[in-house]
Amino acid sequence: MEPILDVKKLTMDFGGLRAMDHLDLDVMEKEIVALIGPNGAGKTTFFNCITGIYTPTKGDILISPPGKTRERINGLKPNHITEKGMARTFQNIRLFPNMSVLENVMIGRHCRLNSGVIGAVVKGKSTIREEKAVVEDSYKILEKIGLAEYVNETAKNLPYGAQRRLEIARAMATEPFLILLDEPAAGMNPQETRELEELIKKIRDVEGLSVLLIEHDMKIVMSLSDRIFVMDYGKKIAQGTPDEIKNNPVVIKAYLGEEVDA
Amino acid sequence: MIKFSEIKKSFLVSLWFMFLTFPIMVIRVNPIEKTVQWRWRNMMIIGIGSFLLSFVWRFMLERKESGQKKADVFGIHKISFIQRILQEPKIYIPLLIVTGVFAIVFPFIFSAYQTNIMITALMYVMLGLGLNIVVGLAGLLDLGYVAFYAVGAYSYALLNYHFGLGFWTVLPIGAVLGVIFGILLGFPVLRLRGDYLAIVTLGFGEIIRLILENWNEFSFGPSGIANIPRPGFFGIEFSLQSATNYIYYMMIGLTLFTIFVVNRLQNSRIGRAWMALREDEVACQAMGIDKTKTKLTAFALGATWAGMVGVIFAAKTTFINPASFTFLESAMILSIVVIGGMGSIIGVVIGALILILLPEYLRAFSDYRMMLFGAILVIMMVFRPQGIISNVRRTYKFQGKQQ
Ligand SMILES: Nc1ncnc2c1ncn2[C@@H]1O[C@H](COP(=O)(O)OP(=O)(O)OP(=O)(O)O)[C@@H](O)[C@H]1O
Ligand SMILES: [Mg+2]
Repeated sequence: MEPILDVKKLTMDFGGLRAMDHLDLDVMEKEIVALIGPNGAGKTTFFNCITGIYTPTKGDILISPPGKTRERINGLKPNHITEKGMARTFQNIRLFPNMSVLENVMIGRHCRLNSGVIGAVVKGKSTIREEKAVVEDSYKILEKIGLAEYVNETAKNLPYGAQRRLEIARAMATEPFLILLDEPAAGMNPQETRELEELIKKIRDVEGLSVLLIEHDMKIVMSLSDRIFVMDYGKKIAQGTPDEIKNNPVVIKAYLGEEVDA
Repeated sequence: MIKFSEIKKSFLVSLWFMFLTFPIMVIRVNPIEKTVQWRWRNMMIIGIGSFLLSFVWRFMLERKESGQKKADVFGIHKISFIQRILQEPKIYIPLLIVTGVFAIVFPFIFSAYQTNIMITALMYVMLGLGLNIVVGLAGLLDLGYVAFYAVGAYSYALLNYHFGLGFWTVLPIGAVLGVIFGILLGFPVLRLRGDYLAIVTLGFGEIIRLILENWNEFSFGPSGIANIPRPGFFGIEFSLQSATNYIYYMMIGLTLFTIFVVNRLQNSRIGRAWMALREDEVACQAMGIDKTKTKLTAFALGATWAGMVGVIFAAKTTFINPASFTFLESAMILSIVVIGGMGSIIGVVIGALILILLPEYLRAFSDYRMMLFGAILVIMMVFRPQGIISNVRRTYKFQGKQQ
């Protein structure tokens, strides 16, 4: 089977700094893949490259959405990549703070709707239908993610954990085939972390999506992932199943430093 | 609540002010009679005045802060008094009816002079609502909005002068030209935001004005264009009085039309995209919104209204020249949006009425107009940065479910 996301020799330079160096990574359908590495390893940079926020210096990003043909998406704008079916969350939460929770999710639906300026002003049958559908669909997503109690709340007033979940809800609303989560458990308490773990499992098992996950919480990473990629200083230093990674001396060294010889 | 330290601080402020203003306000030298006049009374007034002002200022700041704390602790978001009124049908429906009746009978109970002022106010309502799309909804600080206003005004004046086109023909043309110029401005500033955007749009506004001022063959330069016909009604010529009434009712209609359209836009897919753009540009793109398209539609649809009001302005005053389209005009419209409440339609309407009507009826203070204006802006920014009426998010109800 072909991987739905296939990244080859991806390289990103910031001036003289090589933040990512010939990185290979692939995600299969309905797979949860984790990308881990010490701080500053280049994980977020990797996300920014494959979602079009940065244009990579070298390499290829290929996607084959289920049921569609394989294509190269280097250099596409972020919104086009989202349209093609890759949605993400941000390490430092980037919600639309002054909009309601429901509206945040409705924004996620934007690229799946059609009505334009004239439709908005005339408000014909199709626009009314579309607007009704977007409200209902967004509410359903909130129910799935467990945020229905907050529908009309302003996003910035949400508790921290709920804000992180709302980011996931918003990404889900774009109907992705692959969802990219950048440290979704950061700042969550143990209870919230457990709920998040359930949610990510549900996204794969019930919704049938693939997940690419950056996470520092090793408990989550080890229990959720099918495969793990480890980065350090922009390079891939290891790849394998959780058990292989756990016992890989190179990984232990990267995490614990040179002095402690494992 | 009133602490001694607060009084002491206010006292120090008043002393400082008395000291600062001493040379100009107290001493008066008469060079002819070679005498010095000591006006201690002025000093007293300044002392007491600055003490009171400083005290009230501190008191209000404290109240605002304690209010915020309370809201944080209880997790309630304050809904202001005005908003509560606006959400209560028993109150707002009669209010709407009264306003409507008042608007209809206005020209009959007030003089043509008053009607003219009202027309101006309504024009600013439209301008404010247009700029509100760009600044309030899409969050793009546009300081050159007056340029589109000028484009509209000159399009009517010139099209009428050269081709004899009538008001109603040019009104849509003005709107279309607004769109075109909006996009023309939009393209070069797509990559800019915040302060940089503000500076470039400011420059754009000035460029248009300078072109109009200096390109004599095209725009007749600073002397402007006179004898622009008032709007007609199927070829009927009006007396001055009935022309004024006619423009007034037309403005009421156009204002309602503007409110209708802007409201629809605000609650649509496009409107949500504008707000997302305002809230977070990166997240907005990552959610699949085309930033370029969204920005350009905001500029274009904002400029439409300025183009239309420009045409009306030319028709109403029958004379235009570049002096009517200075930066001060942009600043005025922007203040309407900011003071009224960014993103709030009712806020902008009220803001425009207050900012245009108050100075007209407070002629006595006309010398201090700009000062008052500045003071109001500063006070608003400190105590009520969200404007008179803040933009309330729409709530949705779901049957059979909680909330
Ligand atoms: N826009 C940028 N310009 C210059 N350097 C950058 C930029 N973005 C990231 N970097 C650099 O690239 C390197 C990798 O950063 P990145 O944010 O990808 O790390 P990370 O693995 O996500 O770390 P963390 O776990 O702390 O989130 C860092 O050295 C960072 O300073
Ligand atoms: Mg990171």
